[in-house]
Amino acid sequence: MSTTLSPSRFRHGRNYARSYWMFAVPAAIVVAAVIVFPWIFTLFMSVHDWKVSGATPFVGMANYAKMLVDDRFQWAIVRTLVFTAASVVAPVILGVWAAVCFASNFRFRGLARTIFVLPMMATPVAISLVWTMMFHPQLGVLNYLLSLVGLPPSAWVYDSATVIPTLVMVETWQWTPLVMLIVLGGIASLPSDPYEAAILDGATPWQMFRHITLPLAWPFIVVASVIRMIDALKAFDTIYVITLGGPGTSSETLNILLYQTAFAYYDLGYGSAMVVFFFVLILLVSLLLLHIRQKQVWQ
Amino acid sequence: MKSRHRLNRLLGRIGLYFSVLVLISPAILFFLWMLSLAFKNEADNTAFPPVFIPNPPTFDNFIDVFAKNDFLTYTINSIIVSFTATGLALLLGVPAGYGIAKAKASKAAVLILIARVTPGLSYLIPLFLLFQWLGLIGTLTPLIITHLVITVPIVVWIMIGFFEGLPGELEEAALVDGATIWQAFRYVAMPLARPGITVAMILAFIFSWNNFIFGVVLAGRSTRTLPVAVYNVLTFEQISWGPLAAAALVVTAPVLLLTLLMQKEIVAGLTAGGVKGG
Repeated sequence: MSTTLSPSRFRHGRNYARSYWMFAVPAAIVVAAVIVFPWIFTLFMSVHDWKVSGATPFVGMANYAKMLVDDRFQWAIVRTLVFTAASVVAPVILGVWAAVCFASNFRFRGLARTIFVLPMMATPVAISLVWTMMFHPQLGVLNYLLSLVGLPPSAWVYDSATVIPTLVMVETWQWTPLVMLIVLGGIASLPSDPYEAAILDGATPWQMFRHITLPLAWPFIVVASVIRMIDALKAFDTIYVITLGGPGTSSETLNILLYQTAFAYYDLGYGSAMVVFFFVLILLVSLLLLHIRQKQVWQ
Repeated sequence: MKSRHRLNRLLGRIGLYFSVLVLISPAILFFLWMLSLAFKNEADNTAFPPVFIPNPPTFDNFIDVFAKNDFLTYTINSIIVSFTATGLALLLGVPAGYGIAKAKASKAAVLILIARVTPGLSYLIPLFLLFQWLGLIGTLTPLIITHLVITVPIVVWIMIGFFEGLPGELEEAALVDGATIWQAFRYVAMPLARPGITVAMILAFIFSWNNFIFGVVLAGRSTRTLPVAVYNVLTFEQISWGPLAAAALVVTAPVLLLTLLMQKEIVAGLTAGGVKGG
C-alpha cells in the first residue's frame, strides 16, 4: 500500500490543498443555496415592484429612492441607531466589570458564571413574555419593586418616552454575558508577571485594572463592542414580542419595519431594498471588526 | 504594614463578592419570578402587592397550557427541526471546518463570518418565495432548511478553530503510512476533535431551538415550533399570566438545563467565536 505513495507526490502541498477543499464542497453547496442565493435574489427583487401576487415590473432604483423620502423608514433608522448606541455602551461597561470579577478566584465561581450566562442562552421569546408581564403598569412586579424603594411607577414599554430605554434594559440584561465571555477569554490569556510586579509595588486593585488589565484587554473589549453593535442592530425577537414596534411606531426599529413591510404589507420589493441597505450597514460594521482582528496579534 | 495589607485584601474580597452578587442578581431574580408565575394560581398571579412564593404550588397552569394548545405537536416539531438541522450541520460542517483549517482558507472563514452577522430576516424574503413556488409552505422542510442558516455557520466556525488548534503530526504519520486524506480525517483527526464537535453540537442545537423569526414567517398552524406556539399563547390569552409563564418555562427549560449541565463546554464555545444564532 505504502509503496504506491511516491514521496515526491507527498511533498507537494498543493495536491493536498486541493483535496482538503473537497471536504468543504458539500457545505459550500448548502451555504450557496441557503445563504448566497438569498443575497443575490434579494438584490434582484429590490429593483422590482414585487408584491406577493401579480406582475413584478422592473422599477430600477425606485425602491431605493422611496427610502429617501419615507419618514417612517428614516425614523426607524434614528431609533435603531439610538437603541444600538445604548445597547453597546451599557453591556460593554457591565460586561468588562463582570469579566474582571469572574477572572479572580472565588467560591462558587463556576456556578455564578453559569447563572450569569443564562439570560443569553434562554429562549428569547420566553424571556420576552416574562418581561412583558413584569412591565405591566398596574400588576407588574417591577412597579411594585420601585414603590418599595420609594420611586414613582414607570410606564415601561407602554409609553413612547420610556419604551426604548426599557428595551435597552432588556437587551443589556440579555447580552452583557456575551461581552463578559469575550473579555474574560482575553483577560485569561494575559501574562501574570505585570500583576505580580504591581502587587509587590503595593498597587491598589483599581490601579491594576486601570493600568494593566484595561490596556492589555483593550483589543478584546473592542471586538466585543463590535460584535455587540452588530447584534444590537439586528435585535428582533425581544422587540417583536414585547412591543411589536409600539406604542404607535415609537419602538419600530429597522428590523421590525422590515418585517412589517415584507410580511404584513407584503411589499417584498421595498422590503428587499431595505434589506440591502441594512446589509450594507452591517457589512460596514463587520469590515471594521475584520480590520481590527487583522491588526491584532492573536495568540 | 502587614495588617493594613490584610485589611485591604479583606476589603477586596468583600468588594468582589458584593460585585458578583449585584451582577448575577438580575438573572436570579428574573428566573425565580418566572418559576413563581408558572407555579401560582391565577388569583395570586394578579394580586397586588405581588405574591412571591407559590402557596401551595400548582401544576394547573401547565395542565391548562397543554389542554388548550396542541403543545405536544409543537414540541415534536421543535425536536424534529432542531435535531435534523443540527445533525445535517454536523455532517456538512465538521468536514468543512477540517478542510478550511487544513487548506488555511481564511477567505472561506470570512464568508462564514458574514453569514454570522447577516440578519436572519434578510434570508427570509427570497426563501419564503422559493418555498412557495416549491409548494413546501405548511411542511417542516422550509424550517429545517432555514435553520441550516443558523447551525451550519456555528458548526463550521467552531470546528475551524478547533482543528487549527490540533497538532497535525498524527495525521501526517497516518498519511505516510498510506492512509487516504479521508481516512486521516475520519480515524485520526475526528476522534481527537470530539470535544469540539460536542461544543458545536450543543450550541447549534440551542440556537436552533431558540429561533423564532424563521418559524413566525414560515410555519403553518400545524408546523409551528415551540417559540412560535408560545408567542401565540400571548396573542390569544393576554390576561392569564400563569399559563403564559408555564408555556414560557416549557420552551426554555431544556435550554436552561443543558446550559447548567454543560456549562464548561458552552462557555468554551462562546468564548472562542462570539457565536450567536439568527
